[in-house]
Amino acid sequence: MSSHAYDYLDGNAAAGELAKIFTMDVTVAEGQCAHCGETKRFAEAHLYMQCPGVVARCAHCGQVLLRLVSIRDRALLDLSGMTYLSFDTSQLHK
Amino acid sequence: MWHVGKIIALHDETATARTIILEVPDWPGHIAGQHVDVRLTAADGYSAARSYSIASAPNVDGRIELTIERLPDGEVSPYLTQELTVGDPLELRGPLGGWFVWRANQTEAIQLIAGGSGIVPLMAMIRSRASAGNRAPFRLVYSVREPAAVFYRDELKALSSQDSADSVTYAYTRAAPEDWPRPPGRIDAALIESAAWPSNLGPTCYVCGPTPFVETAARLLIASGHSPDKIRTERFGPTGDRK
Repeated sequence: MSSHAYDYLDGNAAAGELAKIFTMDVTVAEGQCAHCGETKRFAEAHLYMQCPGVVARCAHCGQVLLRLVSIRDRALLDLSGMTYLSFDTSQLHK
Repeated sequence: MWHVGKIIALHDETATARTIILEVPDWPGHIAGQHVDVRLTAADGYSAARSYSIASAPNVDGRIELTIERLPDGEVSPYLTQELTVGDPLELRGPLGGWFVWRANQTEAIQLIAGGSGIVPLMAMIRSRASAGNRAPFRLVYSVREPAAVFYRDELKALSSQDSADSVTYAYTRAAPEDWPRPPGRIDAALIESAAWPSNLGPTCYVCGPTPFVETAARLLIASGHSPDKIRTERFGPTGDRK
């Protein structure tokens, strides 16, 4: 097996980086891939962290779901690979 | 969002892994399976962050335990396992990740599968179950290089001997003790068949380890009839510290 084939983690691992921007935990939200239509928890995406920033790819079709790059005092977030993210807000009212 | 914890105790788990116990003021509490990001900052401002799973059960006293495997070319783990001493401060962010978690109100059967230091978040689940007095049937399959590389051996032995609903199967990959029933080797279908809960029981499965290990374990579970919807995974990186 080549190491290249296994150079990803789970969406779970992006929880800290995403918490810089979002108040809710994005990793438990359900997202729909804009390319293949698969709906999964963001935690189940394949996450690549060897690049500048993080890239999440759909575990089903491999297309890019999310890119997040932070440089000095600016964070750039591209969510164009997802049609939506669905959050459970029940905890917010407790 | 970053907390500054203080190291209150350290001990070695193996020749290359160390457990560090921190007290964290304003710690909001965690759920078993969650992780933290640890950040080290050099005098010149350069900083490096890595993710580490929490090993301890949820508690109300603001303490957390991390067990860290030292990676020879790591940027963060050599410092954490060799230089850090009691009283030192440590910056951390968390608790993080609400998906790879086991809550003490879950009652279904649980199958845990660990590869190497992937035992850490699963140990938090085992400890959480014990401290909550939860009776959910737990099984752990722990794949590890050799006996000397096992984390938490005595505690796992004590927990599984006092509670018949909690069983541990070790699967050694390089060297096994004499008379061990299974020759050293990677996890396979026969191991899953004999040591894991059968799929018709519908257990929730938590798999943690290096990415190739997790791929193999998840594939074996699915092949033996487990639903992909009941399998939660946490992979860690092929080249380095947990990211």
